[in-house]
Amino acid sequence: MKRPLRVVVAKPGLDGHDRGAKIIARAFRDAGFEVIYTGIFQTSEMIVRTVLEEDADILGLSILSGSHMHFAEEICGALREQAAREVLVIMGGILPPRDIPKVKEAGVAEVFGPGTPTARIVEYVREWQGAA
Amino acid sequence: MAATRMPNAVLQADQDQSDPVSPQSTDRAAWERTTLASSLDRLPRRQESFTTLSGLPIADLYTPDDVKGIDPLKDIGFPGEYPYTRGVHATMHRARPWTIRQVAGFGTAEDTNGRYKYLLDHGETGLSTDFDLPTLLGRDSDHPMGLPEIGRIGVAVDTLEDVRRLMADIPLDQVSTSYTINASAFVLIGMYEAVAKDQGVADNLITGTCQNDILKEYTAQNEYIYPPRDAVRLVVDTMEYAAKTMPRYNPVSVSGYHIREAGATAVQELAFTLGAGHCYVTEAMKRGIPADQVAPRVSFFWDIHNDFFEEICKLRAARRLWARMMRDWVGARDPRSWLMRAHSQTAGVSLTAQQPDNNIARTAIQALAAILGGTQSLHTNSKDEAYQIPSEGAIKIAVRTQQILALENRVADIIDPLAGSYYVENLTTRLEEEAEALLRQVLDRGGMVESIEDGFIQRQIADSSAAYQQALDEKREFMVGVNVHVDEDEELPFEHFELDPGMAERQIKRTRSIRRMRNQAETAAALKEVRAAAVNKENTMPAVSRAIRADATVGEICDVMREVYGEYSPPLVY
Repeated sequence: MKRPLRVVVAKPGLDGHDRGAKIIARAFRDAGFEVIYTGIFQTSEMIVRTVLEEDADILGLSILSGSHMHFAEEICGALREQAAREVLVIMGGILPPRDIPKVKEAGVAEVFGPGTPTARIVEYVREWQGAA
Repeated sequence: MAATRMPNAVLQADQDQSDPVSPQSTDRAAWERTTLASSLDRLPRRQESFTTLSGLPIADLYTPDDVKGIDPLKDIGFPGEYPYTRGVHATMHRARPWTIRQVAGFGTAEDTNGRYKYLLDHGETGLSTDFDLPTLLGRDSDHPMGLPEIGRIGVAVDTLEDVRRLMADIPLDQVSTSYTINASAFVLIGMYEAVAKDQGVADNLITGTCQNDILKEYTAQNEYIYPPRDAVRLVVDTMEYAAKTMPRYNPVSVSGYHIREAGATAVQELAFTLGAGHCYVTEAMKRGIPADQVAPRVSFFWDIHNDFFEEICKLRAARRLWARMMRDWVGARDPRSWLMRAHSQTAGVSLTAQQPDNNIARTAIQALAAILGGTQSLHTNSKDEAYQIPSEGAIKIAVRTQQILALENRVADIIDPLAGSYYVENLTTRLEEEAEALLRQVLDRGGMVESIEDGFIQRQIADSSAAYQQALDEKREFMVGVNVHVDEDEELPFEHFELDPGMAERQIKRTRSIRRMRNQAETAAALKEVRAAAVNKENTMPAVSRAIRADATVGEICDVMREVYGEYSPPLVY
């Protein structure tokens, strides 16, 4: 039997608006994944360290403050250098549409905007797991 | 009753068109057995049960039976009189309409000052400031964690000079300004006072408000620095200090807004907000400060969500419960201590990035609820606030919405017009009772701080938030344009607000130059005094005020407190 997916849900930066992050963490937990929620005020280094230490398959970043480019580049860059295998990085929050291709170029696999049903995000992750 | 008072001719006409035998029920049970039952056979209710947005059951209708326990004099009374259900002032909006107070803040102090002038030019009557994350968390702009966030969600403030520029040409004795800041509020209150005094405004003419409600940061917004107990001590410092140095200033605006936005129900918003206000006043009393010295300047800030009647009732219930808490629970004697003065903001969380023009309608209806609920000031959200700092065009519609309500719709011309409605009075009472019961649960657990430390309040809010999300996912709750009436292939619109790219660099340069040019010995000595006051558990504000004058920065002053109090790490509840 496959082990359950391990997901780190993280809030980078100084923004404390964690309603979305907590909702997703709960939805992943209810879907049977092992969830590690970092809490708020995380630096890029702290998040990358958690992903590596927890041997996570997936990293979910929640960003609402407008600093998504900065963190996408820093975190995805560090994961590419340091992680032994592919970590799926997904992002939730409020991003201007034209920034979405840019964060994807930085290494974010998918962006889920406001109003996305949690089931769709869980489904996305399961499809990724099936394909991997 | 109404039917029998109608002219006979009209009554006759009605009867001609309806059943030959029209029963006249003498009570609700009879109506349910006869008229309702036969109607339900043909036209069943469209859903099994109805509830308010907070989950309180809603009956088919309300009748005199549902207000039996409510005493029209004792429980509803008159505006300007205990228990203030109908409003805190005798004249309410007939003397002065609510203050139009739109929150603004981005970039540097100069950028935000420009937005202030735009708002005042368009008829806004009060100001309100959002600060950026580094400022809110007591970090200077050049702190490594601050860099990606400078000026993004509010204005960057590091030094007294920044506040001087922020308030440039704004007469602080005429325009009241509110600062939305909490963990580092004690520094910003000191800076505001310094700038007002430099403008030559007399102590007793300085008006304004600071949010400075730290408890809800631990349960909702998460912009905290220190452990809750020490942070509450700082809040009480500012209350005691402002009562002496700026008697008309509101040092605390206890905020339900963030609690609601984090997913709480109206009942939870009421309980945890009034509970926080109660905590600040009683903590002051424990330090020997009489309730009547601080309670009159405690004000409140509410979220006005989508359930129109529930939100009106919430404001009415808040006034009645707070008045009772202050008079009977803590024994405040000055009637000004009993007043629940309210700022309201339409619900940011109700806005959608999808079909953003719909947000204009949402906001207008929420604004109407705030006004009918008797708010003292109001922020109406701009239609684009779901995804960006509002553009000038969008903010103008938001201001105009309030002006239309004030000048065209006549809703400012009557005091508490919904009083006496069976439903409104019944729901007001139910909200008050439910909120009081939850608040007593908190107090039985030891109080607000204890209920935060053990995660009780956070869990309550997280559960409500998850339940609401589930209801949206299952389409038991609706957001038009998001989970119903969706425009397929909608391109999300963006009249994108651009921050000046050189802004962060200019901000850092200014702060570093001020740090370099100041009298270092004086600054160091002032910071030492701040530390001594904190260590000795004296009121820290006089020392903070001197440190500000010595050009100590927000980050430096907050760092002193970090060394004394430590930093808070919360229980993770989701």
